[in-house]
Amino acid sequence: MKTNELTLKKAIELLDKKEISLDEIYVDTLAAINEKNKDLNVYLKIDKDALEKAKKESNKPLRGLPIAVKDNFLTIGLATTASSKVLDGFMPPYESTVTKRIKNSGGVVIGKTNMDAWAHGSSTETSDYGPTKNPRNPKYLPGGSSGGSAAAVAADMTIAAIGSETAGSIRQPAAWSGVVGLKPTYGRTSRYGVVAMGSSLDSPGPITKTVEDAAFLLNYIAGQDSNDGTTSSLPIPDCGKDLKKGAKDLKIGICYIDHPNIKATPVAKAVEEAGRVFENLGAKVEQVGISSELEKGKILTHEHAIGVYTVVQRGEVSSNLSRYDGIRYGQDRSHFGHEAKNRIMLGTFSLSKGYSDKYYNFAQKVRSLYIKNFKELFQEYDLLISSPSPSYALPLGSLSDDPMFGELQDMLVEPSSLAGITGISVPCFRDEKTNLYLGLNIMGDYFQEEKVLQAAWAYEQASGWNPWVKI
Amino acid sequence: MKNYQVIIGMETHVQLKTKSGMFCSCKNDPNAEKPNIYTCPVCLGLPGALPVANKQAIEWTIKLGLALGCKINSLSKFDRKHYFYPDLPKGYQISQYDLPFCYQGKVQTSFGPVGITRVHLEEDTGKLIHDTVNGKKVSLIDFNRSGTPLVEIVTEPEIYSSAQAKEYAKRLRQIIRYLDISDCDMESGEMRLEANISLQNIKSQISNNKSNSNDKLPNYKVELKNINSFRYLERGIEYEVERQQEILEKGETPVQETRGFNAEKNITYTQRTKEEAADYRYFPDPDLPPINIDKRWLGEINSSLPETLDGLFKRWQKEYSLKQELVELLFETADESRKLDGLFKQCHKEKLSVEKLVNAMVHKKVKTIEEFKKLTSVDDVSDESLNIIIEKVLKDNQKAVVDYRSGKTNVTNFLVGMVMREAKKKIEFGRLQKLIVDKIKS
Repeated sequence: MKTNELTLKKAIELLDKKEISLDEIYVDTLAAINEKNKDLNVYLKIDKDALEKAKKESNKPLRGLPIAVKDNFLTIGLATTASSKVLDGFMPPYESTVTKRIKNSGGVVIGKTNMDAWAHGSSTETSDYGPTKNPRNPKYLPGGSSGGSAAAVAADMTIAAIGSETAGSIRQPAAWSGVVGLKPTYGRTSRYGVVAMGSSLDSPGPITKTVEDAAFLLNYIAGQDSNDGTTSSLPIPDCGKDLKKGAKDLKIGICYIDHPNIKATPVAKAVEEAGRVFENLGAKVEQVGISSELEKGKILTHEHAIGVYTVVQRGEVSSNLSRYDGIRYGQDRSHFGHEAKNRIMLGTFSLSKGYSDKYYNFAQKVRSLYIKNFKELFQEYDLLISSPSPSYALPLGSLSDDPMFGELQDMLVEPSSLAGITGISVPCFRDEKTNLYLGLNIMGDYFQEEKVLQAAWAYEQASGWNPWVKI
Repeated sequence: MKNYQVIIGMETHVQLKTKSGMFCSCKNDPNAEKPNIYTCPVCLGLPGALPVANKQAIEWTIKLGLALGCKINSLSKFDRKHYFYPDLPKGYQISQYDLPFCYQGKVQTSFGPVGITRVHLEEDTGKLIHDTVNGKKVSLIDFNRSGTPLVEIVTEPEIYSSAQAKEYAKRLRQIIRYLDISDCDMESGEMRLEANISLQNIKSQISNNKSNSNDKLPNYKVELKNINSFRYLERGIEYEVERQQEILEKGETPVQETRGFNAEKNITYTQRTKEEAADYRYFPDPDLPPINIDKRWLGEINSSLPETLDGLFKRWQKEYSLKQELVELLFETADESRKLDGLFKQCHKEKLSVEKLVNAMVHKKVKTIEEFKKLTSVDDVSDESLNIIIEKVLKDNQKAVVDYRSGKTNVTNFLVGMVMREAKKKIEFGRLQKLIVDKIKS
C-alpha cells in the first residue's frame, strides 16, 4: 500500500511511530498527482516546495501533511483564480483565515484544486480551465463546485482537502466522488480570504477520506475570526474527543425521499437503507412528512428553496463580482464566462428598484420560514437525513446549456444551506457497474457539528461503504 | 426675490477621527504623507476581504445623533450601495439605507430650527488624482481615504436663505467639534457640504397652502456639491438663487443636475446631469450582522455625552452673564469647555469678573487667572505720592500740558504712561488719568 492512500489520522499515527516518513508521503502523493492530474484535471497549481515546507512542520498537529485547497481560498505564493480567467495569474497579497490556520497547525497546502468558475455550478464544468473528471470513473463528473478537492481526495492525490459550500458545493461532490464532505454551520468557519460567492451562505469545510479526518481537520480550521464579523463566538468542542460515542437513542428523521424525482430510485433506497443502519445502531428513525407550507412536525418542501436560493445567491453574486470591473487584476470583463454573466444579470435585475421587493426581499422572507422550520424540527429530531443529490454522478457534458442545472442538482441541500445549518455527506452506496458512489446527507442543528460527526462516524463504521475505513 | 422663496436641504459628510478605518484596522489619517500607505485587503476591496465594523465609529455616530436630538433606531444595519467608479474598489459603498443609526433631530439657528432627517454612517471612497507622469496624462488612485468612517447628516428642506444655510453648517461643525469626533477641517475634506437648492413660487405656495398641501416641494432641485468652505456655500447658493430665478421668470424649469462652485469666477457650473434617478440596488450587507442598540448600550453612550452646547451657553449666560458670541471663540471641544468652566468657577470664587476675564481672554490672549490678575491688578500707591510724581512729569513735559490745554486731551494717555514709568508701578489707568487732569486744571 502506498502512503498517499492513508487517511489523515492514520498517516499521523504512522509518522509518530516512525513507520513512514514525510518524504515517502510526498513522493507517493506527487507521483499520484503526476500520474493522474493530466487526465483528471484536479489541480490547477502545485506547490513545488511542499516537501521542504512540510519538514519544518513535523512537530505540529498536522505533521506537515499535504492538504489540497480549493482555488477560491487566497494563498500567498500560489496563484488564486477561483477557476476564472478574470483572476488568471492573481497572486494574493494575503492569506485566507482557513489556510492560515491549516499552515499554523502544520498542514501544507500542496496545491490548488479546480472548481466551477467563481464556484458557480455543481459539476466543475464551468471552470475556465476545463472540467475535472471523477476519479471513480473518468467518464463522469466529480460534482461541484468543490469538484477538484473531492476528486483529489478520491484519487489519493492528497491526504485531505478543503472545499467551500454555498449550497451543496461540498456535500454533492463528496457524494459523487465517494468521499466525506462536511459543511459546517454558517459562521463556524471563517470566510475571510475566500473569493465570495453567496456571502450569506458560504461555508468553508473539510473534504476528507473519513469522518474521523473531517472531525480532526475541522478542529483546526473552525472558530471565531476577528476578520469575519459573521463568525460565531460560540466555543468549539473537540469534535474528535467523543466521536465514537455511537448513535444510540438519537432521534433521526428521513427527509425528501418521496420527491417524484427520487422516489423509488437507488438514491431514495440508499437513504432508507441508511435509516435501517441507524435503527440497528439503536437510533429512533422515522420519515418526516413534507409540506408546502410551514407546518409543525413536517419539513417545508425544497421546491420553494430553489427559487429563494437562486434569487438570494444571484443577488449576492452580482454584488460580489462588481469589484472585478476590469480596472484591476489584469483581465477585463470580457473574461467572465457565460454562467457568471447569467448570474450577474439575474442578480442585478432582482435587486433593481421596483423589483427588489418582488424578488430579493420576498426571497429573504421565505428564507426566514426555512430557518423557522429547521429550528422547530430540531426540537423534535436530533438529526435529519436525506440525499445530498438526486442522482449518481452525471456524465461529462451534462451541464450543456441548462442554466438551472446546479439548482436542480442542489435542490435537496438548498433548504439547509439557506437556513445555515450543518450537514455532512458520507458514502452510502457504490454501484458495482459504474464504480460510482451515492452519499448520505446527515444534517444537524446550528453548531451541532459534534453530534453530526458522531452519527456519521457510527454510520460509516456500521455501513462499510467507505473504502478507507478498513485501512 | 419677491416672487420666489429659496428652499434648501443640506447633506453634510464628516470624516470621523477614529484611530482606525470604518471596516478595517488601517490607520485613519487624513494628512497621510504619501498615497496608498494606509491600505489593506479590506479597504482595497481585494477578493475575499471582509469588513468588520468599527464600534467606536458607531458609538460616535449615535453620540452625534443624540446631540442633535435624534431618535436612535434600536435595530440598525449596513447596506451595500452599488455604483461603478474607479475610486470605489468593491463596486459598492457600504452605507446605510432604510435603518440609519439616527433620525428626526434638530439644529437651532437664529432663523429658526432646521430638522435633521437622518444621521447615518458609511465608508469614504478612495481619491482620484489626475496628473501628468512622464508627459502622459494619467489618473491615479490613492486609497488612503478608502474606508475612512464617514457620517452623513441630512436635513429636511427647511433652510430658507443662504445665511441660514451657512449658520446651520457652522453650528453643525461647532457641535461636532464639541463632541471631539472630527476636526471638521474643510480644506482637507474632513467636512464636505452639499446643498439641494430650488425655488418655490410664493404665489403657488400660497395656493398650495389653501389646498392643504403646504409641504409640496418644487418639481426640481439642483445639487450643489463638494463645497469646502462656508463662504463658498453662501456665495454658491446666492448665485443659484439668481440663476434659477432668471430661468423661472422665463417660464422654464431649471434642469435637475449636480453643480460645482468655481470660487475664482464666483459661479456654479454643471458637473453631472442626472437623466434618471440612479438605482443603487441597495441590499443589507451580508458580511455585517445587523446591530442591536439595546437600552444598556444606548445608556452608556448617552452618559458619555457632555453637557449640551445650548445648555452650556445658557448656564454661562445665567451664572456669569457671558455672551455666546464671545465665549464660543474660546473653545472647541467639550474637554476644553470643561477646563474653561473650571477657570470661570475659580475666577468667580476669587470675586473677579468672569465677563472681564472672557474679554481679556478673547482680546488680549490671556490664558490664566494669574495673567488676568496681572493685567488688571494695581499696586498700592497713595494719591499723595502719586501727585509728587505727576508734578515732576508735568514739569518735564511742558509741551504736553500746553497741548492738553489747547484741546488735545488724548495727550493724557502719554502722560499716564510717563507717570507709570517714573513710579515703576502699575496703577489703574482711570485713576491716574483723573489725578493728572486735576493737576493740570489746578
